Amino acid sequence: MAEATDPPRETFRLSQLLYDARYRSMTIQVVAAILIMLLLVELVDNTVTNLAALGKDIRFGFLWTTAGYDINQQLIPFTSQDTHARAALVGILNTLLVAFLGCILATVIGVLAGVLRLSKNWVVAKIMTFYVEAMRNTPLLIWILIVFAVMTEATPQPREFREGGSASMILWDSVAISNRGVYIPRPIWAEGSGLVVAVFVLSIIGIFVLRHVARKRQQDTGQILPVFRLSLALFFVPALLAYFLLGRPITLELPELGGFNFNGGIQIRNSFIALWLALSLYTSAFIAEIVRSGILAISKGQTEAAFALGVQPNRTMQLIILPQALRVIIPPLISQYLNLTKNSSLAIAVGYMDVRSTLGGITINQTGRELEGMLLLGIFYLITSLIISALMNLYNSSVKLKER
Amino acid sequence: MNKKVFLGALTVAGLAAGASAAATLDDVKARGSLKCGSNEGLAGFAAPDANGVWQGFDVSLCRAIAAAVLGDAQAVEFVPLTSQTRFTALAAGEVDVLVRNSTWTFSRDTDLKLDFVGANYYDGQGFMVRNDLGVSSAKELDGSTVCIQTGTTTELNLADFFRVNNISYEPVPVATNAEGQQQYLAGACDVYTTDISGLAATRATFENASEHVILPEVVSKEPLGPAVRHGDSEWADIVRWTLNALIAAEEYGVTSANVMELAAGPTTNPEINRLLGTEGELGAMIALDKDWAVRAIAAVGNYGEVFERNIGEATPIGLARGLNAQWTEGGLLYAPPFR
Repeated sequence: MAEATDPPRETFRLSQLLYDARYRSMTIQVVAAILIMLLLVELVDNTVTNLAALGKDIRFGFLWTTAGYDINQQLIPFTSQDTHARAALVGILNTLLVAFLGCILATVIGVLAGVLRLSKNWVVAKIMTFYVEAMRNTPLLIWILIVFAVMTEATPQPREFREGGSASMILWDSVAISNRGVYIPRPIWAEGSGLVVAVFVLSIIGIFVLRHVARKRQQDTGQILPVFRLSLALFFVPALLAYFLLGRPITLELPELGGFNFNGGIQIRNSFIALWLALSLYTSAFIAEIVRSGILAISKGQTEAAFALGVQPNRTMQLIILPQALRVIIPPLISQYLNLTKNSSLAIAVGYMDVRSTLGGITINQTGRELEGMLLLGIFYLITSLIISALMNLYNSSVKLKER
Repeated sequence: MNKKVFLGALTVAGLAAGASAAATLDDVKARGSLKCGSNEGLAGFAAPDANGVWQGFDVSLCRAIAAAVLGDAQAVEFVPLTSQTRFTALAAGEVDVLVRNSTWTFSRDTDLKLDFVGANYYDGQGFMVRNDLGVSSAKELDGSTVCIQTGTTTELNLADFFRVNNISYEPVPVATNAEGQQQYLAGACDVYTTDISGLAATRATFENASEHVILPEVVSKEPLGPAVRHGDSEWADIVRWTLNALIAAEEYGVTSANVMELAAGPTTNPEINRLLGTEGELGAMIALDKDWAVRAIAAVGNYGEVFERNIGEATPIGLARGLNAQWTEGGLLYAPPFR
């Protein structure tokens, strides 16, 4: 009696590709993939055909020919007899320099502005609101040009610093602010200076150890060490002691007015200052909003609980709110760092010699290799961005909520 | 994802480079206007006047070409290009001809796939400084700060000059002449360097032009000329012979005032007759009608008229003819025979 009925045989009909929900999504994806591939093939083919029509090929040999032009800001030595590849490297380092310093300054200003915007003080909160809105709602290029114009038009020329001139150096004649840049003293490393640096590095490590010890002690015994004051002492005292005991091996070379310009010292060019400040101020407005949103995302109950336990407002912010807010803050912060790095290519507006100006500007123009240069430039920014994101993601995974 | 970004970048670059290489003449005729790549603003050479109409020495050549090809000297669309974008714009087909103080060099003529069809101004690179610096020779510029337009031959000459003379300098790169002028006047650089014609034109716009001096050294040869895309010889011929027609017209005494009269009937000078189309079929050989040169000369005048009107000694720019005089007067202008 037990007559088992076989389940209906799975038969496959072509129309199922369209009407069966199990297959439909697959069909759509395959069709879309084919279309995208066709489009790409067409575009690459178009590029190759048009280049051939112009009689141009794709070669990267130009990178190893003599550049022939000079670059003002060089972190590694460069002369006009070096290759285009080295010119590109000089530009890359300049880009990384402004991006790195920009990220730091933007974070500092951004966190301050974000926290202050939540201040109970009405004036402070409104000033910060104004700052954030003014920065966020105007194009970055305008800020770069404004800072640059102020730096070149409102500061004195080097010749004004001559005797009888209207300008003078500040900070005991060690810093000169001119319309060609800010000149600061340059350290001269004599024998024994390596030891001073080593002591300094050791005391920095010491500070981290101290913080670790202090935390452990607090967790074990509840006693709080004066970490800040101890760190400050550790930061200055050993290095200064070493400096004087070794007979002051590090001296300063002050900028001095020579024939046309200041000689000696380090010149921080106006183009760099303009780009750095503008990038930092602009990005800091976005970071401020991210920080504010991060803080507001933490339930008010946390603050109230801390207050109920008698924790001071400062320490509440420091120990309870900010560590939790970081989890919300970091992911959008990564994209701001990426933005800042990529926005640094606006350097061309003020003649800062970043990679866009060397490889993507002068080199392309002198060699006529636009496609190759732009490809290399694209690859550089892509790799840089991926590295920044990878590092920040590592940091993110170290602060995110750990489920035990 | 990485691959997509990579190919996307390739695509954009590819689209920019995509343009037809041949048959520029047909394109210009179909469009009804000439796209002329010009300076973004250099007094006397190419700059819009108070009414927004482009005027200048280079502009006149564009208008002459438009008059010869289209019969209307006003049918020109001027595309201001910076020193960095000019060659890419020409190669990509954004402009039909580039008349923008561009130096004719070996690599530009060959590797950049451009064709320079001649020189409309023989120039050289110079240096401008303030009088009160007390500098009388470029070799005294050790340690100075120099404003320089990027992407130019000037930039390379500058590096060579200072290296050969074993003196140092600090380059301040600027993108346009206007930016260079502003930086120089603000004192952000001690020296401004570019072609001497450009220096004279820039100085002419200064409030106190007499406070600035152009140093005697001429550190390079800068034959400035119109350029077209490589591979369209018919179009190159038209541009080349329009320029030659203006030069020849000065040599033969044909001016904008008398060209109509001379073109009315054959004159006793067969060269003039062939130039103006009253004898022979020269126009047809470059796919134009026989009055092409008449229209060009009537529109802007001969080379000498163009020079005197825009940059000559009677203008604020005040350039002497110098190398740009006719060969009969000791200059380099020498139009091949119209035959």
